[in-house]
Amino acid sequence: MNTTRPLLEVKGLKKYFPITGGLFGQTTAKVYAVDGVSFDIQRGETLSLVGESGCGKSTVGKSLLRLYDVTDGEVYLDGQRIDNMPASKLRPIRQRMQVVFQDPFSSLNPRMKIRDILGEPLTNFGLVKNNADLREKVSLLMDKVQLPRDAIDRFPHEFSGGQRQRIGIARALAPGADLIICDEAVSALDVSVKAQIINLLVDLQDELGLALLFISHDLATVEHLTHRVAVMYLGKIVELTDRRTLFSKPHHPYTKALLSAVPVPDPTAPRNRVILTGDVPSPINPPSGCRFHTRCPLVHDRCRTEEPQLRTVGEGHTSACHLTHAPGELVMG
Amino acid sequence: MSDTSLHGAYVAATVLPEILPTPKERGRIMGFVHRHPTIVIGGVLVLIMVLIAILAPWLFTKDPTSLAPSKRTREPSALYWFGTDMLGRDVYSRVLYGARVSLTVGFSVACCAGILGTTIGLISGFTRRIDAIVMRAMDGLMSIPQILLAIALMALTRASVQNVIIAISITETPRVCRLVRGVVLSLREQPYVEAAIASGTKVPVIIWKHILPNTLAPLMVQATFICASAMITEATLSFIGAGTPPIIPSWGNIMAEGRALWQVKPYIVFFPAIFLSITVLAVNLLGDGLRDALDPRLAKRL
Repeated sequence: MNTTRPLLEVKGLKKYFPITGGLFGQTTAKVYAVDGVSFDIQRGETLSLVGESGCGKSTVGKSLLRLYDVTDGEVYLDGQRIDNMPASKLRPIRQRMQVVFQDPFSSLNPRMKIRDILGEPLTNFGLVKNNADLREKVSLLMDKVQLPRDAIDRFPHEFSGGQRQRIGIARALAPGADLIICDEAVSALDVSVKAQIINLLVDLQDELGLALLFISHDLATVEHLTHRVAVMYLGKIVELTDRRTLFSKPHHPYTKALLSAVPVPDPTAPRNRVILTGDVPSPINPPSGCRFHTRCPLVHDRCRTEEPQLRTVGEGHTSACHLTHAPGELVMG
Repeated sequence: MSDTSLHGAYVAATVLPEILPTPKERGRIMGFVHRHPTIVIGGVLVLIMVLIAILAPWLFTKDPTSLAPSKRTREPSALYWFGTDMLGRDVYSRVLYGARVSLTVGFSVACCAGILGTTIGLISGFTRRIDAIVMRAMDGLMSIPQILLAIALMALTRASVQNVIIAISITETPRVCRLVRGVVLSLREQPYVEAAIASGTKVPVIIWKHILPNTLAPLMVQATFICASAMITEATLSFIGAGTPPIIPSWGNIMAEGRALWQVKPYIVFFPAIFLSITVLAVNLLGDGLRDALDPRLAKRL
């Protein structure tokens, strides 16, 4: 095992979806869902990927899992390049990288018992010897996610949303993965259950030394469990830094807008809200220059023509904005 | 109440003949009837038709092909329950024996078209390249009216029940194929299928464990619909003389032979028609009920 390199390295990841049309299904346009994304995740670390709907954050997750074939870029897991690996050799990689999906209802096969759902990865990776062993290992998984052992002979529809999400987490834990990609894993749950699942994930991370890629649209949730945050906008990472810096000294105007949209429980607290107008532009035809320039309150001429590159604005803090230093307060102009 | 009387009641209950359902079982059976009346009605009617078809020789029938010109076109009576046709054959016997052909054709076509269509649908739903070619071929088959295609296929071959089954199966397969392909396309996007891929499950196992079981419910409904539709198509083919050979009585050719006389002797057409309608209705009711019962999210504890 290579300990000097990060667990996961992503370099210039691109995923374009062709739009086909016409009589012979020829490509008429492309959706630039992910357009050059780079980041890395250390062992035992949580990196959150946040952004609005349709910014490509889920596509990043699915590309890493090789549920999609990537268009371009390099992905390394533990120093081993996996983005161009043939599907037949992916199995040992899949054992190390698992996923928890958003919808606890459609992520479990309604016709399989919990025992079979959790048993599937165990059998696939040859982790069980016989039926008794399988039962024992599945029971242990149920313990880990704090569900009763005797529930393993039930069907998914007999569980609540929060319980199903625990089953989804147990399935991701089954192969003994190093990295779990949580694709909006708590977004479909109500607040109290959400808190339980987040606590469970944090506990499991401490216990098992898991690395998490936490994909979410909700900064308030992310704040509770993440080490670092990458903010995505229209297929690109616009800012990447540790949690404390992001929440106290954000650099990119888009991050500021996102942060000011986080609800604050105190209605009397003074707020300086940055309200974005308009919708996210279409990823089929992204804006020229800085992709955020159509909605940015601080837009100037350079933004319309020249695309800003990610550059270091502080220690471990990168941001893709032409503004040389972070303005103290954003003023709507 | 004293201990002895309790004891007596207990003993009396245990000596009841075991073939009778216990009150608990009876409650469960009644509960099932109550929840799924269409399955029960459809199932019972289909069962009756199957029994009629199997037991036809013992149900007071005569040889359905024996001619008796002197006794032709008799009205229904105690001797000829459904009357006799223009060649003096007993319509009751012919209708009962005809059930054999209709049910055989219906079930065989449902099985053949179901298996063939499911296989093609699964493959084309999972393989992009094959998909385009196969589905255009299926579109081509579907663009020809079903009955015309069946007639054309029958014209290529000799009239026999086996060929009728093959011809109708070919015309029904594209429908199954489309259905299965559609279900596969939507299922393969389901998170649980993606989770299975991420868990290292191989494609054949995914198809077998995740996709196929979830296509069964719509497939079952489609199969019963095909079964009913195949019986009608068989009757239509026989009616126009392109189906079951006249030597084998089928509801279609009994009606075809009764057609010339239907204004004066309507019963010759009426009886096979009523049997056909009831069977088709029963099969459709069964399919409808099965769809509800096969869905585990709707199914309550049996």
